[in-house]
Amino acid sequence: MSLDKEKIKHIAKLARISVDEANVESLTKDLNSIFKFIEQLEELNTDKVEPLSSLLNQSLRSRKDQINDGGIREKILKNSPKENEEFFVVPKVVE
Amino acid sequence: MSTEKFNYFINGEKGKYEVIIGLEVHAQVLSSSKLFSGSSTKFGAKPNNQVSLIDSAFPGMLPVINEECVKQAVRTGLGLNAKINNFSVFDRKNYFYADLPQGYQISQYKNPIVGEGKVFLDMPYGSKEIGIERLHLEQDAGKSIHDMDPSNTYVDLNRSGIALMEIVSKPDLRSPDEVNAYIKKLRTIMRYLGTCDGNMQEGSLRADVNVSVRKLGDKKFGTRCEIKNVNSIKFMQMAIEYEASRQVEVLEEGKRIDQETRLFDTKKNETRSMRSKEDAHDYRYFPDPDLLPLKIEQKLVDDLKKSLPELPDNKKERFIKDYGLTSYEANVLVSEKEISDYYEEVAKLSDKKLAATWMMGDLFAMLNDKGFNITKSPISAKHFAELVKSIKSGEISGRIAKEVFEIMVESGDNPKKIIESKGMKQQSDPKELEKMINEILTKNKDKVDQYKAGKEKLFGFFVGQVMKLSGGKANPQLTNEILKKLLKG
Repeated sequence: MSLDKEKIKHIAKLARISVDEANVESLTKDLNSIFKFIEQLEELNTDKVEPLSSLLNQSLRSRKDQINDGGIREKILKNSPKENEEFFVVPKVVE
Repeated sequence: MSTEKFNYFINGEKGKYEVIIGLEVHAQVLSSSKLFSGSSTKFGAKPNNQVSLIDSAFPGMLPVINEECVKQAVRTGLGLNAKINNFSVFDRKNYFYADLPQGYQISQYKNPIVGEGKVFLDMPYGSKEIGIERLHLEQDAGKSIHDMDPSNTYVDLNRSGIALMEIVSKPDLRSPDEVNAYIKKLRTIMRYLGTCDGNMQEGSLRADVNVSVRKLGDKKFGTRCEIKNVNSIKFMQMAIEYEASRQVEVLEEGKRIDQETRLFDTKKNETRSMRSKEDAHDYRYFPDPDLLPLKIEQKLVDDLKKSLPELPDNKKERFIKDYGLTSYEANVLVSEKEISDYYEEVAKLSDKKLAATWMMGDLFAMLNDKGFNITKSPISAKHFAELVKSIKSGEISGRIAKEVFEIMVESGDNPKKIIESKGMKQQSDPKELEKMINEILTKNKDKVDQYKAGKEKLFGFFVGQVMKLSGGKANPQLTNEILKKLLKG
């Protein structure tokens, strides 16, 4: 796999990372060399190997269906960009 | 079953088009707390009061799965005749939106908890099987409110992190009517199972609708468009009709359909492209490193299967077989578990067939009129059974029964007591009736002579007189018989 400049810009946009036009060239080169390193893995035949989702051979730990959290609105809303007693207030996002 | 034929096509200028529909239904799991946190899921709380540090994605917080949500998904899968996957994986679906504090939704991508299944729809043209592609567990997002302030959006995270089941159908639906039947069937099954309350007003059941069209007879599917987040059956149907016609128009102009995400504008009754979702399918899924794979013991699946309640399809079969109901009657009476419970209680105490008729007639009309759910019925099942019994035994006529019914609605009284205290019992003693009829015939000798001379229309007049004299309580059948006999003599 190799990435071109357009792909780099697209990924940056999806990740909401602003990338200076001046940096695109070097970023493309860097990422491509990283990919090349990773692609060494393709030398292995993995036809009969299930994709690995986790390194730990354990199952997910679960909890009982109990209400034991919430009710901390003031704490949560401290991080709202604009002050409001009830809601997070953010710049208008609308279709 | 009627012989009506399926007939939903879009008529273009260049021929008939078939409409292909697939649904992604988002059903809110019934649980006390959220999928990965201990905050409450209760509807209608004060904004942001049911939010934990996990739901608002504070750094360093770790999700821990709610075992009840897993069980609910398995129960639903079993209710959809589906394969339960003993191994499934949670993935991150990455996108940015103000009501998604994590910047990703925890969902299941390649390995969902439930695989292929099927549901059956009763259509006027026969039973139709709709395939289920998969069911997976995922988190709901928060709620954005755009109309409280001209330049800001308000966000309430109470819904953020509540468990959803996304149920994906195969593209087997072919008309708005089938979509209606499908959603209702899913809702009924989940309400029987107690896994989702199916309350569309509160957003517990919403759907993304995939629509494409193809010339009748074509084998290949057309390009589809996805209409996002439609929250009522009526809007789904309107959106499909609009979208299918739009696609036919585009094709007939010789253009191609762009695969895109669209939005249904309920005010203008049209769908339009959501430009902001251009990259929407670029979600960059990957396994959530905070969550290990979900392994479900087969024993748990077997135990849950054993504990499932009787499901609507089986109940319907039983109602037809045991109670002699028609397919239509059985369908209506199993549509809600509470309705079927009420019916069974009435049917056990009275005539099964007559109980169905009166329930679907007068009882449903009254409940509908008052906007009551059957659990809030002012008439208890026991009292309703008494009423049906009185009709069946001939104690009261159907006409009087309607009066008794009205009084029952108002007073909540036992019909026995009402019939007794108001003297509404039907006059069914042949001797008494004969005496009364003889009296009438003697008083109207001229009319009797005219009747005998051939003016048979007068029969109705005599019946009317009997009803008047008896205060409407004369048994109509018996009255007819005795009148005929006496007029002959």
